[in-house]
Amino acid sequence: MIRFLIKGILRDRSRSLLPAIVVALGVFLTVFMSGFFKGVMTDIIDMNARFSSGHVKVVTRAYAENADQAPIDLAILGVSELKKQLQSAYPDMEWVERIRTGGVLDVPDENGETRGQGPAVGTAIDLLSPESGEVKRMGIQNSIVKGKLPEKPGEALISDDFAEKFSVAVGDEVTLFGSTMNGSMMFYTFVVSGTLRFGNSLIDRGAIFMDLQDAQMALDMEDAASEILGYYKHHPYDDIAAQLLTESFNARYSVESDEFSPLMTRLAEDAGMADYLAIAENMVGLMIFIFVIAMSIVLWNTGLLGALRRYSEFGVRLALGEEKKHIYRTTIYEAILIGIIGSFVGTLLGVALSYRLQTHGWDFSELTGNIGMMMPSVFRAQVTPSMFFIGFIPGVIATVLGNALAGFAIYKRKTARLFHELEV
Amino acid sequence: MKRMKKIFITALMTTAMVGLAAQDADQILETVDKNMSSTNRIFESDMVIHGRRNSRTITSVSYSVGDKQSFTEYLSPAREQGTKMLKLEDKLWIYSPSTDRIIQISGHMLRQSVMGSDLSYEDMMDDRKMTEVYSATVAGHEEIDGRDTYVLDLAAKVDDVAYYSQKIWVDTERYVPLRQEMFAKSGQLLKRTTLSDVQKIQGRWFPMNMVYKDMLKDGKGTEFRVNSAKFDQDIPDYIFTKAALKQ
Repeated sequence: MIRFLIKGILRDRSRSLLPAIVVALGVFLTVFMSGFFKGVMTDIIDMNARFSSGHVKVVTRAYAENADQAPIDLAILGVSELKKQLQSAYPDMEWVERIRTGGVLDVPDENGETRGQGPAVGTAIDLLSPESGEVKRMGIQNSIVKGKLPEKPGEALISDDFAEKFSVAVGDEVTLFGSTMNGSMMFYTFVVSGTLRFGNSLIDRGAIFMDLQDAQMALDMEDAASEILGYYKHHPYDDIAAQLLTESFNARYSVESDEFSPLMTRLAEDAGMADYLAIAENMVGLMIFIFVIAMSIVLWNTGLLGALRRYSEFGVRLALGEEKKHIYRTTIYEAILIGIIGSFVGTLLGVALSYRLQTHGWDFSELTGNIGMMMPSVFRAQVTPSMFFIGFIPGVIATVLGNALAGFAIYKRKTARLFHELEV
Repeated sequence: MKRMKKIFITALMTTAMVGLAAQDADQILETVDKNMSSTNRIFESDMVIHGRRNSRTITSVSYSVGDKQSFTEYLSPAREQGTKMLKLEDKLWIYSPSTDRIIQISGHMLRQSVMGSDLSYEDMMDDRKMTEVYSATVAGHEEIDGRDTYVLDLAAKVDDVAYYSQKIWVDTERYVPLRQEMFAKSGQLLKRTTLSDVQKIQGRWFPMNMVYKDMLKDGKGTEFRVNSAKFDQDIPDYIFTKAALKQ
C-alpha cells in the first residue's frame, strides 16, 4: 500500500508538491534559524566570557558591588597566592589575572604637551609570557590593524579609531593618565606597538591593551589585580558545574563580613548573561514550539485546500464503496510520506546553509559597530545534532496534524447526497 | 476703603521686608567673600584622603592670584612629590615628573576626583567670589557647635557653575561659613563641606580646617588642613606659566 501511495504522490504532483514545498520551507527555516540563533547566542556568551566575565570570575566582595565602575582601589591583593590556591584546588580550569582601569589617553606634541586626548578604557592582560593564552583567547592577533603585538614592557596596543582620530602612528608615545590603586595620580607612557579594532564600539572605544606587569607598576598594584578569571580547559561553559564551583569556592574563601575577601561569580550572574544563556539553552524547545504551532496552521490550510481540490476524488471513492475510515487513513499515510520527503529536503537545506554560515560567517560589522553591547561583528551559525530532528519531527507531525484536521471533512460527506454533488 | 488701605500697607511692608532680607543676605555674602577671597594668597596645607583600605596625607603649597591664576606643587608623599598643577583662566594643566609630561585636564576629566579625594578638579578651579556666582536669601538661623549662624539659600545667577544651588551656614559674628551643602539642578545633594578652627589671619577670619564629603561616594570624606595661610603677598608672575611646571 505504501508503494501505491508513493506512486500516487509522485505521479500526481499537483497533489503533493505544494504541501511538500511548504513543509520543506518550514523545516528549512526552523533548522536554519535554530542554527543561526544558537550560533549568535553562543558567540555573544563566548565573547563576554573571553573579554569580561570568564566562565567564573573572582573579585573582592567590595569590587563586585561596584564592578561597573572598575574600582581598582578595591582590587584583590596577594593575587599570586590566591591564584596558586585556585590552580591547586581547581586544576581543570585555567586561571588568569586581569586589570581594568579607566582614565585619559593623552597624545603629546613635540614639547611633551597635550596634542590630543580622549577617554581610555585600559585592559591589562598577560601579553608577554610565552605560555599565556590571553592573546589567543581575546583574538588580539586577528584584530591588529597596524603594527604588531607588544614584545617588551612599556609597549601597548591602542584602538585604531583613537589612533586615526589623533594621528598616532606605530612607535609613537601615548600617556595613560588616571588614578593608581591608592588614589594617586597615575601617568604612564607607552610606546604604541600596534593598533587594533574588534569591530565592537564597546571594546574599541578608547581601548588600550597593556601587559599586566606594566599596569601593576603604573597603578601601584604590586601583586594585585582587578579580577581573576577562570576558564574550563577541556569543555565550554557549563552552568551547573560553574554553580557548584562558585558555591564550593565561596564557602571556603569568602567571608560576608570582610568586604575584601574574594567572591567567585559565574558567567550566568554577569549582567544580562542569564537571559542569553536561557535563550541559548531553550532555543530547541522554542523553535519546535513556534514551528509546530505555525506550521500546523499553514499545513491545515494546505490540507484543506488539497481536500477541496480532491473533493470529487473522495466523492467518487466514497461512491465506489470505499470506507470513510479507509480514505481518511490513506490521507494520513500520504501526509506522513509528504512530511518525510519535505522534512528531509528542509533539514538538508537548513543544515547545509547553517554549515556554510558556521565556516564563513556573515559580516555585520557595519550594523554592530555602534551597538553598546558586547556582540561579535561576524555572525556565525552553529551546526548541532539537534538540528537533525528539530525540524524533521515537527515537520512530519505538523503535516499529519494539518491533514488530520482537514480530513475531518471526509466524515462530513453524506453518502446520500454524493451523486447529486458529483452531478452524476 | 479702610480695608483697601490696610491691604496696600501690608503688601508694601511685605515687599519692603523681602527686599531688605535679600539685601541683608547679599551683604552677608559680601562680608563672607571679604574673609574667604583675597587679591592673592599662599597656602601650605595637608590633605588627608580616607580610602576604603587606607588613608593618605598629601602636603602641598599653593599660590593664587584672584580667581584666575593658581599654582600648586605637591611636596609629599614621595609618589606625589614634584607633581604640579597650574590653572590659568579656565584651563588646567598637570605636570608629572615621572613622565616629564604636561597634561591638560579638560572635559569630563574636570569632574573626576583629585588624587582619590572628595574634591574634583572643577572644585579646585572654581575660586570665584560667591557674590559673583550666586544670589542669596536668608532662610533662617541655626546653631552649629555653639555658634549662631545665618542659613543662606544660594541660587546660581550664572550658567558656568559647578553647583546649581547651595545652602550655607554663616557664623553671625565672624562671617565665615561653617557648613556648605552643594546641590545639583535636580535638587540632589552632591557635596557637603564642614569648616572649623576659624582663626584671625591678617585681619580676616578664616577656617583652617575643612572636611569635604562627596555625598555620592561612600567614605569618611577628605580633610583639608591649612597649616599656613598668607594673604596679599608678592608672588612672582613666572610662577603662573607652563615653564614653571617643569622647574
